[in-house]
Amino acid sequence: MNLKTFKIGGIHPPEGKEATEKKPIEIIMPKEGALMVYPMSQHIGAPAVPIVQKGDRVLLGQKIAEAEAFMCSPIHASVSGTVKDIKPMLTPGGTMAQSVIVENDGLFEEDPSLGKNKDWQKLSKEEILDKIKNAGIVGLGGAGFPTHIKLNPPPTDKIDTIIVNAAECEPYLTSDHRVMLEKSDRLAMGLKIMLTLHPGAKGYIAIENNKPDAIEAMSEVCRKYDDISVVALLTKYPQGSEKQLIYAVTGREVKSGKLPASEGCIVDNVDTVLAVERACAQDRPLMRRIVTFTGDAVKNPGNYQVRIGMNINDFIEQVGGFAEEPAKIIAGGPMMGKAMFSTDVPFVKTSSALLCLTRKSAELPPESNCIRCGKCVGACPMGLMPLTLNQDALAGDMAAFEAHDGLDCIMCGSCSFTCPAKRHLAQTIIAFRGEVMASKRKK
Amino acid sequence: MNDNLMVSSSPHIRSKETVSGVMRDVVIALVPATVMGIVYFGVTAAIMVAVSILAAVLWETLYNKIAKKPNTVKDFSAVITGLLLALNMPALSFSEHPIAIFVMPIVGAGFAIVIAKQIFGGLGQNFINPALAGRAFLVASYPTLMTGAAFKATNFMAEAETYATPLASMKEGGSYGATLVQGLIGNTGGTIGETCAIALIVGGLYLIYKKVISWRIPVLYIGTVLVFTYILKLCGVEGAVSRDYTEIFFGGLMLGAFFMATDYASSPVTPLGQLIMGFGCGFITVLIRVFGGYPEGVSYSILLMNLCVPLIDRWTTPKKFGYVKPVKVKEVK
Repeated sequence: MNLKTFKIGGIHPPEGKEATEKKPIEIIMPKEGALMVYPMSQHIGAPAVPIVQKGDRVLLGQKIAEAEAFMCSPIHASVSGTVKDIKPMLTPGGTMAQSVIVENDGLFEEDPSLGKNKDWQKLSKEEILDKIKNAGIVGLGGAGFPTHIKLNPPPTDKIDTIIVNAAECEPYLTSDHRVMLEKSDRLAMGLKIMLTLHPGAKGYIAIENNKPDAIEAMSEVCRKYDDISVVALLTKYPQGSEKQLIYAVTGREVKSGKLPASEGCIVDNVDTVLAVERACAQDRPLMRRIVTFTGDAVKNPGNYQVRIGMNINDFIEQVGGFAEEPAKIIAGGPMMGKAMFSTDVPFVKTSSALLCLTRKSAELPPESNCIRCGKCVGACPMGLMPLTLNQDALAGDMAAFEAHDGLDCIMCGSCSFTCPAKRHLAQTIIAFRGEVMASKRKK
Repeated sequence: MNDNLMVSSSPHIRSKETVSGVMRDVVIALVPATVMGIVYFGVTAAIMVAVSILAAVLWETLYNKIAKKPNTVKDFSAVITGLLLALNMPALSFSEHPIAIFVMPIVGAGFAIVIAKQIFGGLGQNFINPALAGRAFLVASYPTLMTGAAFKATNFMAEAETYATPLASMKEGGSYGATLVQGLIGNTGGTIGETCAIALIVGGLYLIYKKVISWRIPVLYIGTVLVFTYILKLCGVEGAVSRDYTEIFFGGLMLGAFFMATDYASSPVTPLGQLIMGFGCGFITVLIRVFGGYPEGVSYSILLMNLCVPLIDRWTTPKKFGYVKPVKVKEVK
C-alpha cells in the first residue's frame, strides 16, 4: 500500500489505544434530576445569547441560545426539563462562562419540529448551510470553529478537496476509530452532503494505518460513491494537524499564515461530519458527542456517546469511576489536551476525550540544560527551531521570536515530547506565542 | 475527590530518552577505543584514563559546590570530557614522568571542565569542545610531553626507541612508516585513544545506529580529508604527493570525526549546518597536515570550526513548512 504522510518532522509517541479501540460506543444518558449546564461559549467567536428564561420548560432539541454574531453558533437543549438558572459557570477550559442550567426531568420529550425535514437533496446550498448553522455544529475535534463558516469560504477560494480528518494521531483517543467501524455509512453520507456544497470537489477520508479495520470498513462504503475515497496514511504524530494532513493527502503546502481554503481544501473532524449527516439527513441538532474515557486511573475505559451539558463527575460515576485516584485529568489527548483542575464541569461540544492518569504516569521529569542535540529541530513538523524559540521566549524577546517564525508554531508538542533534557519547549513557546499575538492585536 | 489534580500545559507525556542515557551511549561507544589504548600502551594509559575521568568529575563537583549549583555529574558529561581528554593524551613512561602522569590529566581536566565548560554555563553552553580545549591547554603547557617526542611505541612494536607517529614521519620523511593494517588495528604511535581506527569506527557506528549522532559530520569530515588530500596530491603539492587513502586511518581523524566534532554543544543543530561543519573540519585538517607546521590538524580544525557554529546555525536555519518568499520588504516605522 502506498502510504502518505507529511513532509518534515514528526514523532512516534506510545499509542495507548489498546485499552479502548475494541470497545463499542456505549450510550450514557443523564439521570432524572441531573443538572445540565450549557455554556454560551462552546466555539470560537462571540458567545451565543440565551433565548429562554429561568423557569421555562424546554424540550429535547429545542434551541436555547441563538447565534447573533457572525462568528457564533447556537446551542440546543439535550434533555427536556426546566431552566433552573442562567448564570456564569465553570467550563472544562477552566474559565467561567454564562450558562443555561436545565434540570433533566428524565422524560426526554422531543421538540415536535425535530426530524420533520429530512430530505436534504431538495435543499439549496444556502439552505443546507443554514441547517448546519442552526444545528449548532462546530469543529468537534477540539477547535470549535463554526462549521457553516468553514464550509462557506470567500468566493475567491475555490474548494476542490474536502478531507475528513480521521488520522486520530493523538495517543489514547479511539472515538473516531469506533465511529468509522460502527457508523461508516453515515460518515460517508455526511461527507457526501458537504461535497454537494462544492460541486466538482473530491472527498477524502484520511486514516492512519494503525487502524487497518477502519481503512477496510470505510473503503467498502466508499465504493458506493465515485467522488469519495479513502487515503491510508503512515502513522506519525501530528498527522491530524490540518496543514500536515492537507500535505499528506494532496501534496499542497498551506502557506504561512493562510487558511486551508487558500489551497482549495476543507478539513473536518469525523464527529463533525457525523453531526452534519445528523443535521441534514435526520434533521436533528447537535446534542451529543462521542468521547474516549481512558487512562491508567480509569476502571472501565471505553468510548461513550454522551449528552452535551452532562456533568463530567456524574458521567464518571455512571461509567464505573476510577480504579486508582487520578493525579491528572486531561480534556483531550496527552499531546495537546488541557489539564483540568476540576471535573465538576459539563461536557461541551469540543470535549473529545477524558484522559485520567495516575500519579505514576502523570509525573513529569525535571528540566535540565539544553544540550543542543537538535532533536527538537528534527521533530518540528513546521520546520522551526524550538530550541531557539525557547530561548527567545525565556528572554522575552518578541521581535526575535517573530523573526524565528514562532507564530507558525502549531502547538503540537512534538519538541517537548522528544527533548532528552525534558525542557519545557512547547510550553514556553505556546505561552509566549499567545503574548506576541496579543501584543500584535493591540497595535 | 479530585482536590489535588495536577495542572500543566500540554504535552502531558515525554519520551523515555534522557540526557544521561545519551551520554551513557557515548561512553559505551568509547569503550572499544579505550580498551585498545590500554592494550597497546599499558598500565600508564589505564592510570591516565582513570585520573582524567576522576579529575573531571571532581572539578565539576567542586565548581558546582562553589557556584552553589545542583551537582550535574549524574548527566555523565564530565565523564565523557575526562575520557576524551585522556584519549587525546600520549601515554607517558611511568619511570620517566611519574608526576606528569597525574598532574597533566588533572590540569587538563580542570581547564576543560571549569574554564571551557562551566564558566560558560555548563552542559550545552560551552562554545568549544571542552576536551579539545583542555588538550590545547596542555599542548601549550607541556609542549615536549604532548607532542612527537613523548609518543610511546605500542607494546607490540619492535623498534620502540626511534618510533614516530605515522603523520609525523610523513611530515619528516615523506612516508607513513606504517601499513594500513597497522593503522586499522592501532599498532602505531599516537595518543592513547586515537590509534585503533577499527575500534573508533565501531564506536561511531554504534552512535549513529542509536541516533545519538547523525552521519553528516563524520562522513563529510572523513570524506573531505580523503578527497582534498587526493586533490592536493594530484596537483603535485609537495607535502601531499606521497600521501594516500591510508591517511584517514592515521592520527586523530577517526576520534575527532566521530566523537569530538559531533559534540552537541559545539556543533550545528541544523542538517545543512552539520554538513558544513564536517566539510570545514576536513578542509582545515588537510591544510594543517599538508601545509602547516604540525603533523596533525584534527584538534585545531575542530576548535576553529567550533567558533563558527553560531554563524553556521544562523545561516542554515531550515526553511519552514509553508514558507513564502517575501515579495516586498515592508519598511518598519
